[in-house]
Amino acid sequence: MTQLVILSLFNGLIIGAFYALMALGLSLIMNLSGVINFAHGGFLAIGGYLAYTLMPTIGFWGALLLAPVLTAAIGLVVERLLIRRLYGRDPLYSLLLTFGLAFMIEDGTRYIWGAQSVPYQVPGFLTSPLSSDFFFLTGYRVFMVLLVAVAVAGLFIVLNYTRLGMRIRAGTLDLDTVSVLGVNVRFLRNINFGLGIYLAGLAGVLAAGMLGLQPTIGTNLIMPSFVAIIVGGLGSLPGTLLGGLLIGVASGITTVFFPSASEAVMYVMMGLVLLVRPRGLLGEEGRF
Amino acid sequence: MQALKPGKHAANLAVWLVLLAMPYWMPLIGGYTELASRVVVLGLAAMALNFLLGYTGVLSFGHAAYFGLGAYGVGLTLRYLVPSTVVAMLVGIVVATVAAALIGPLIARLRGVYFAMVTIAFGQVFYFIAFRWNTVTGGDDGLTGWRRLPLDFGFATLNIAGNDKAFYYFALAVFAVCVGAMALLLRSPFGRTLLAIRENERRARFLGIPVDRHIWMSWVISCFFVAVAGTLYALINNFVDPRALRWDQSGNFVIMAVLGGMRSFWGPLIGAAIFVVLQDFVSSETENWMSFIGLFFVLVVLFFPRGILGMIRARRST
Repeated sequence: MTQLVILSLFNGLIIGAFYALMALGLSLIMNLSGVINFAHGGFLAIGGYLAYTLMPTIGFWGALLLAPVLTAAIGLVVERLLIRRLYGRDPLYSLLLTFGLAFMIEDGTRYIWGAQSVPYQVPGFLTSPLSSDFFFLTGYRVFMVLLVAVAVAGLFIVLNYTRLGMRIRAGTLDLDTVSVLGVNVRFLRNINFGLGIYLAGLAGVLAAGMLGLQPTIGTNLIMPSFVAIIVGGLGSLPGTLLGGLLIGVASGITTVFFPSASEAVMYVMMGLVLLVRPRGLLGEEGRF
Repeated sequence: MQALKPGKHAANLAVWLVLLAMPYWMPLIGGYTELASRVVVLGLAAMALNFLLGYTGVLSFGHAAYFGLGAYGVGLTLRYLVPSTVVAMLVGIVVATVAAALIGPLIARLRGVYFAMVTIAFGQVFYFIAFRWNTVTGGDDGLTGWRRLPLDFGFATLNIAGNDKAFYYFALAVFAVCVGAMALLLRSPFGRTLLAIRENERRARFLGIPVDRHIWMSWVISCFFVAVAGTLYALINNFVDPRALRWDQSGNFVIMAVLGGMRSFWGPLIGAAIFVVLQDFVSSETENWMSFIGLFFVLVVLFFPRGILGMIRARRST
C-alpha cells in the first residue's frame, strides 16, 4: 500500500511537472500579450513529432535539443503572421484564431505522420528501473522531472536576471510604460511568444518519450494546463508551477483509489479554489 | 434593440418566411431536411450564446457543456426512464439549467479572458463524466438504444419520429418560442440593463446595478436556451456522444455568432446556417475537414471580425 501511494505520488509529480511546463508557456504568453493560446497543445504535438522525425539522423540528445528550438521558430513565424494582428483587440478574437490553429495543427500532424500512435524510442539506459524496490522509478521518469526542473529554473533565471526577462516582467505589469521607455514591444512580444512555444516544444519531446505520439496528444494535455493556471492564479508564474504540481499529484493519488475520477478531481479542485479564492492561490488581486 | 427600429418588420418577416420554407428550398441547393433541422437547432444555440456574448458582453467558451447536458438528459431519459419526448426534453433542460445556475456564482465574478478560461475548464468536467461513465452514458461510443417518439397531445399526435419534415416544424416551433422569449427579454428593462453592463460595466455599477447578479442571470438564461437547443440536437440524431459537450463544440458556437454578427439579433442564425452547411459539405468532400474548419476560423477572425451583418450595417452607414 505504501509503495502504491508513493508510486502514485511520484506519477502525479511527473504528470504535474508536465502540466506545469505547458502551463508556464501559456502563462508567459497570456501575461504579456493577453492571448489564450489554444494552439499551445498543437505546438506541443509539433515538438514531439519533429523530435520523432529528427531522431534517426541526429539521435535522441540531438532531437531533444533541436526539436524545441525548431518548434519555437515556427511559433515566432506564427506570431509574426497571425497573432500579432490581434493584440489590443477583444480576447475573443485571439481565442478563436488560436482555436482554428489548433484544429489545423492537429489535422496537419495527422496528415503528415498518420492517425496511428507512433512509438518514441528512448535510450536503453534511461528505460531501466533505478532500483528493484521501486520498479516504477525508471530512469526516464527521473530524467524527465530533472529536465523539467532545469527548464523551470532556467526560465526563472532568464526572467529575473537578464535584461530580456526584466523587460518581459515589466511589460506584464505595464506595457505602455515599457514601450514609452524605448523598448521595442513588438519584438518583446515576439520573443516572449517564442519562449512560451519553446516550453511547449520541450514538453512535447518529453511527452513523446513517456506517452508515445498521436495527433490528439496536444488537445488532451491543454485542458489540465488551463486548470493549472486557474488554480495557481492568473498572472503568477510561481502560481502556475504550483498549480500544475498540485493538480498532477491530486490526480495521481485519485488514480489509485478511484481511477475514473482522475480527471474530474482536477476540476473539483479548480471549483474549490474559485469558490474560496477567485484569483487563484498565488494570483494578484484585481489583475483580471 | 433591432426589433424596435421601424422597417425591421420586413426583415423579420423575411427571416421567418425563409425558415418556414427551408425544408422545401434546402434540397434545391443540395441539402436535405435533417440539415435544415440542424441549421435551426444550432442557430438557436448560437443565438442563445449571443444573449451572453453579444448582449451582455461576457465571453463564454463553455456553452457546449450545457448543450450537451440537455442532449444527454434527453437520451438518458428516453433510454432509462420515461418513453416521452416532451418529458425527456424537460429533464434535459432542467438538468442543464440547474448545473449552469450552480456553476454561475463561481464565475460571475470573473471577467474577460479569465471568464473564458474558467468556462472552458468547467465545460470539460461534463465531458469527462460522459466520457468515463461508460456503463450509463456509453462512453466514447455515445449513447444509443433510444429514439425520439411521436408527440402525443391527447387530441392528436404529431409523428416527429418517422417524418423528417414534421420534426423540422416541431424544432422550428420550439425555436420560435425561444427566440421570441429572448427578444422580449432583450427589450425589457432587464435586457437594457445587460446592454448597459456591456457598454460600461463601471458606470452600471455606479448606478447601483448589481452587476454580478445580472451576469449570473444572463448566464443562466443563455444556458437554458442552449440546453433547449441541445435537447433538439439529440432528437435530430437519435444519438448523443461526448463530442456534443466538448470544447470544440463551444468554439463552434462562438464562431457562428461572430461570423453572423454578434451585435445583431439574427446574426448568429446566419452564422450557424453558413457553418452547418459548410461543415456538411467539407466533411463529405475530404477527410481533412478539420483543417478547413480551422482555416475558416482563422479567415473569419482576420477578415470578418464584425460578422456579415456587422459589415452590411457598417457599409450602409458610410
